[in-house]
Amino acid sequence: MPENSAISLKNIHKSFGDLEVLKGIDLQAHEHDVISIIGSSGSGKSTFLRCINLLETPTEGEIWITGEKLALSRGKSGDLESADHKQLAHLRSRVGFVFQNFNLWPHKTLIENVIEGPTQVLGQSKDQAVAYAEELLAKVGLSERKDFYPSQLSGGQQQRVAIARTLAMDPQVLLFDEPTSALDPELVGEVLGVMRDLACEGRTMLIVTHEMAFAREVSNKIMFLHQGQVEEFGSPEQVFENPTSERCREFLSTIY
Amino acid sequence: MDFEVIVQYFPRLLQGAITTIELVVVSGIIGSLLALPIGLARHSHRLWLKAIPYAYIFFFRGTPLLVQIFLVYYGIAQFESIRESSLWPYLREPYWCAIIAFSLNTAAYTAEILRGALGAVPRGEVEAAKSIGMRKVQLYKRIMLPRALGMIMPAYGNEVILMLKGSALASTITLLDLTGMARTIIARTYTPIEIFLAAGVIYLLMSMVIIQLFRILEQRSNRHMEVAR
Repeated sequence: MPENSAISLKNIHKSFGDLEVLKGIDLQAHEHDVISIIGSSGSGKSTFLRCINLLETPTEGEIWITGEKLALSRGKSGDLESADHKQLAHLRSRVGFVFQNFNLWPHKTLIENVIEGPTQVLGQSKDQAVAYAEELLAKVGLSERKDFYPSQLSGGQQQRVAIARTLAMDPQVLLFDEPTSALDPELVGEVLGVMRDLACEGRTMLIVTHEMAFAREVSNKIMFLHQGQVEEFGSPEQVFENPTSERCREFLSTIY
Repeated sequence: MDFEVIVQYFPRLLQGAITTIELVVVSGIIGSLLALPIGLARHSHRLWLKAIPYAYIFFFRGTPLLVQIFLVYYGIAQFESIRESSLWPYLREPYWCAIIAFSLNTAAYTAEILRGALGAVPRGEVEAAKSIGMRKVQLYKRIMLPRALGMIMPAYGNEVILMLKGSALASTITLLDLTGMARTIIARTYTPIEIFLAAGVIYLLMSMVIIQLFRILEQRSNRHMEVAR
């Protein structure tokens, strides 16, 4: 029942020209689910995640966010595009997205980055937004840097701010697109730590990641993608210990 | 070299320089105001929206400024409807003709600079804005334009200096800007070397001021980039 799911995706296809990178993927995420999406480079996992809030336009498929169906219509490019920009903006505001490259706005200080969404999109007062933003920056351990610019921070710190910026919107679902892949190895831990706390709070999260130990620890479901298809889906124990798919076994043996 | 003639006519040259500054500042302001919508439209993906700015920019970048000045100065007087309009007292003045031509010209160049900067805003920053649910107007107002304005400063400073030097063409339609004034003085004194040298120095000083001004603007608009980690 898509109406009861936090996120529900049906039959998602995506082609770039002749190359079909997603070949019909279904996914249901219920509240409090933490689902890690794993797979080798080029398996389509980031593309799939980006289709959820239409940063990438799927060629085919249906998307439900918090029980509401995203209105789609066929665009000139041949892909499905939003048929209702107001609805898209609204649904996007409920879905937090954390990028591989942080994508903080460099011309704004950290606190300005965090209050931007609440004040501009949710219409909160500046005082209210600042109070919450300070709370969130404290949560990710950066309250004393709130007036710094992103360029003055390390990658791990920037990613923590990016997470705080996402949380400021009070999203119902959090999407993470390889959040630690652009980080130096010694900075990965601090970001995973913040994400672990979020998982413990019971947040609904979809995580595209290469951190297998982390995925196994925090997720209640694992999805293994191979060449644009779901090869394996199940609990971490099942996927990591008894994968039924040969490819999944191979993949895990090479990196885990 | 007759330095006395420079000293004697220096006040007149400064008078001309003030006209030059007026031309540059007034048409710079009008031009940048025009450039904003033109550049935004030019940045659009929609053909019908970007076609007119494209043609406009193509024309003003592709023809000499002198031709544009002549078109405005000699051209618009050909239309009876303009001669009878209430704007005619202004449009027949060479001063306003120069302002119009310079404004339209610099608007084209500035719009193109702005378009380039809008296209250079990193995609990820735009996606971050979209992903929190920003609508298009907010995206441009809050993220794209502030980012683009920081990026255009060096190129725009360059454009203002080109405009300063281009303003010398105003002298061809009888305006007594710095160049026009210099030519008038020379016609009287037959001292081209001295007077053009003095005029050249004044142009250089004005350029220096513009360069400094934009250096400060650039530092201010990019202060977030200054401190490397």
